Formats: sequence, structure tokens, C-alpha cells
Amino acid sequence: METKNSVKFKIENMDFHYGDFQALKNINLEIKENEITALIGPSGCGKSTFLRSLNRMNDLIENTKVDGSITLDGVDIYKDYDVIDLRLRVGMVFQKPNPFPMSIYDNIAYGPRLNGIRKKSVLDKIVEKSLRAAAIWDEVKDDLKKNALALSGGQQQRICIARTLAVEPEVILMDEPTSALDPIATLKIEDLINELKKDYTIVIVTHNMQQAGRISDKTAFFLMGELIEFSETDKLFSNPENKKTEDYITGRFG
Amino acid sequence: MERITKKVRLGSRLEKLVPGLLLAIASISILTSIGIVFTLVVDASHFFKEVPLSEIFSKELAPLRSKDPSFGFLPLIMGTLTTSVIAMLVAAPIGLMAAMYLSEFVKPKMRRILKPIIELLAGIPTIVYGFFAYNFVTPLLMKWIPDLGAKNVLSPGIVMGIMIIPIVTSLSEDAMSAVPKVIREGAYGLGSTRLETTVKVILPAAISGVIASFVLAISRAIGETMIVTIASGSSKQFTTSIIEPMQTMTAYIVEFTSGDAGSGTIGYYSLYAVGLLLFVFTLCMNLLAKYIIKKYRREY
Repeated sequence: METKNSVKFKIENMDFHYGDFQALKNINLEIKENEITALIGPSGCGKSTFLRSLNRMNDLIENTKVDGSITLDGVDIYKDYDVIDLRLRVGMVFQKPNPFPMSIYDNIAYGPRLNGIRKKSVLDKIVEKSLRAAAIWDEVKDDLKKNALALSGGQQQRICIARTLAVEPEVILMDEPTSALDPIATLKIEDLINELKKDYTIVIVTHNMQQAGRISDKTAFFLMGELIEFSETDKLFSNPENKKTEDYITGRFG
Repeated sequence: MERITKKVRLGSRLEKLVPGLLLAIASISILTSIGIVFTLVVDASHFFKEVPLSEIFSKELAPLRSKDPSFGFLPLIMGTLTTSVIAMLVAAPIGLMAAMYLSEFVKPKMRRILKPIIELLAGIPTIVYGFFAYNFVTPLLMKWIPDLGAKNVLSPGIVMGIMIIPIVTSLSEDAMSAVPKVIREGAYGLGSTRLETTVKVILPAAISGVIASFVLAISRAIGETMIVTIASGSSKQFTTSIIEPMQTMTAYIVEFTSGDAGSGTIGYYSLYAVGLLLFVFTLCMNLLAKYIIKKYRREY
């Protein structure tokens, strides 16, 4: 069953190099709006590199090179985009919760403030809305002045999601967002990701195949820098086309 | 088998000796500190027997007057504070900006070249700085400030500031570089520019180290001797004008140890009183630095 959603990211013939090392080889992939796309594969397969090239986070690393094209709504993000504008549209949640060492309120208000929003009443609304959307409002509403680092790991990660939502991106990239969390916190984040799907396009890297199965619409399997298989999640897990995919999901390697 | 066992036994016997040995070595520095404080307090007590505490905080400093000498240390305190404040006005902004540049804007390769060059400033003998202040900076400043005295506090203050830039830069840069990469990525991921990331995220995250670097730089400035001895004069008049000469606490000690006051006189013992005062100043600064580091420290 092919979905009717429009294409958000279109990746064509993409190669990625760290110096002389080729981390991604000829990737072709379409990421659709309001879907959750999961990227799976063993460590070092290039899935994180791929994710981080979608908001040009790899620009921060010296000596990297991207070839081919990645377009967002038809515009090439490496040629025709200011990287700051791109990152405002494509937010990111990281593997390790990384709240800034400041209050919960200031964490969430950070992005809006960068964009020139100064009025307290407006900021208050954004903070509440973002924290509610990240399903953590009830837990922190009484101490928004508390340092975000004092929260538990799961709470910190939801603060980071709220912080990303506060700048109203269209796409959210998640790099193993639950790998540092306990099972209960993981479930909460998964529920949240399912909620967010209504309003956002989500691309998530995960080491956990059950997680990919539970939350994603589409799954891409990477191996040694190549995209081996990309299809509906149900199909990929129940009836993989490629032998390598089958070996991986049945636990024969990786 | 046997040889191995012997080796292990020798190692474990050494292991028992090592803590005692290290303790003995560490005690040397602790005992030295105690000795210094002891000497200061004992000799300063001779001074305080004859001079009331209230006199110290007066403005009249005339230690060598044969009839009724006066020991108001306020001119010295003023000299020390003024030169230190001027030094910090130079060192804090320049040192901090250099640290931000090194930590966030420059490629690692370039940083490895630049940082030692900045730290080189700290290796120049202070007498060279003093000479530089007196023979170069003061004449230069006179072009803009005609009323500037040949000896003044402005010029040595500025030069002292240059001297302590590496303290601010090096420690602040360490603190900023120690902020985890994930925090930096979080800021960039929200669309921050490099400058926004540096000023709004990295600097607040590293603030304890930055403030500590300031405090340590101040205590270095307070204790600095050679530059002020050469370039700020030995005037004991109380003044607040930075274009006039002032004597600092350290310069006063230099003047009196070089033999102006006979041993055992009250003027001689005043040295120790000033020394004690200086010690209290820098001790407070160091304690303040410790407190700040502890209070604002962030664990990631």
C-alpha cells in the first residue's frame, strides 16, 4: 500500500566521505511527509551519518564531502539553502539527552529567542505549548525555573524534544533518542513520537528493531554504507526482499 | 614462578613505602606555607604592638619621618586596587575574546599553534614588562594624555593586563572546550550561528571556569611587583587619579627590603604588616575562586 503523502526529502545518488573513507554509497531514498521513517542497521553502517546529513550537522566535522543531491520540498539543501534556515526547518534530537545547563524555561525559550521573540507572554505560551506537545508539561509546570540538568534522563530527553518543537520545525531527526533511557522512559518517548507524527515528518535512527517495528511507517536498512532495502515497515520485517535484510532482522548478524 | 613471586613482593613492599614518601614530599609545600604565615604573623605582631589598627586604614603614610612616623596603608591599598582594576579592564575582555576564538572559531590544528603563542606572554620576565611600561607605554600614552606623570598607574596597569591575558585565555579556553560536544550540537541543531552558540550556550555553560580565571588573574595582578615598582613610582600620597604615581603594597615592600629602614625599627616591621595584608587579599581571592568553581560547576 503506497501512501498518498507528498515527498519531503528526496535523496538521489548520494555519496558521503569522511576524508578518504566512503561512509555512504549511492543512496536513493524518499522521505514522505507526516510519516515516521526508521533507519536501521549494525553499528558503523552509515545510518547516523545519513541522518545527520539531512540537516547538515556533518558540516561541523572537518574533511567531509557530500555528493549527489538531497532536496527538501524540491530545494537542494546543500546548494540553495542557508544552513541556519535549514536547521530551523529540520530539527534534531540526539542520542544522549543534551539540555543546556540552564533552566527548563530557558531551554525551551532558547530557539524562539534566537528568532527574535522577546515578549514574555508570547514566550510563556510557546514554552507551555512545546512542553505539552512533548508530554512533559504536567511533570515540570511547577518548577520551570529549575535547572534542566536536575531532571531524570527520560525527562531531559522530552525537554530536548520540546526544545526542538519550540522552533516549529517541519521535520524532526532523531538519532537513537531512547538508547540512553530505561524501558519506561523509552515507552513514553515512543508514544510521544507517535503523537508527533500528526504534525511532523520524523526520521529516526534506532538500534532496536522492535522499536522500528512499533513506531515507524517505513524502514530503511543500511549495511556497510549501502541502502540495502527500503519499504513499508510491516513488509520489511515480515517479508524482506533481500537476503541480507532477512539475516539482519532475524538476528543472524549485527 | 619463583622470580615472578619475588617481583610481586618487591612491588608490594614498595607500594607500602610510597604513600609515606609522597606524604613527606607533599608536606614540604604545606610546611612552607605554614612557615610563611608564621613569620608574617610573628613579625607583624611587633608592628601592631606599636601601631593601632585604626591608623593602618588612614591616608597618611610617612614611615620614615623621624618624628612620629605614620603608617596609613590606604595609599598602598589604593595603588594595588587601581593597578589591578586597570589590568582586569584590559585582560578580561581581551582574554575572554581570545578564549572564545580559540575554543569555538578556530580549527584544532590552528589552536595547537596559537594557544602556546599566547601562553608565551606568561613566560616573559616581569622586569621586562616593567621596562616596557616605563620606556614604551608611558611615553606613548603621553602623546594623548599630556598631563601623564613619568611615573603613573595607568601604564603599568595596562601592561600588567597584557601580562595576565594568558591566565584568562588559557583557563577560560579550557573551561569552554570542556563543554561537551553534544551541548554544542544541540545549539547548532536549533539553528544557532557560531557566535550565538558561543555566547548564549558555551559561555554560560563554562561560566564557573571563566569567572575562576578572572579571579586568579586578579590575584596575580595584586601580587605583581616588578612592573609597578619600575613604572608606578613610590609616591605615598593618597590619590585617586590614574595619571599620577601611586605605590602598591608590593612596591612598598620592595622599597623597604632594599634597606631604607634599619632592622628592628618600626618601619622595618611595617613590611610584615603590609605583607600580611597582601597575603589576606590574595588568600581571599583564591578562596573566592574555589567557591565560585564549586557553586557554578556543572556536571554533565
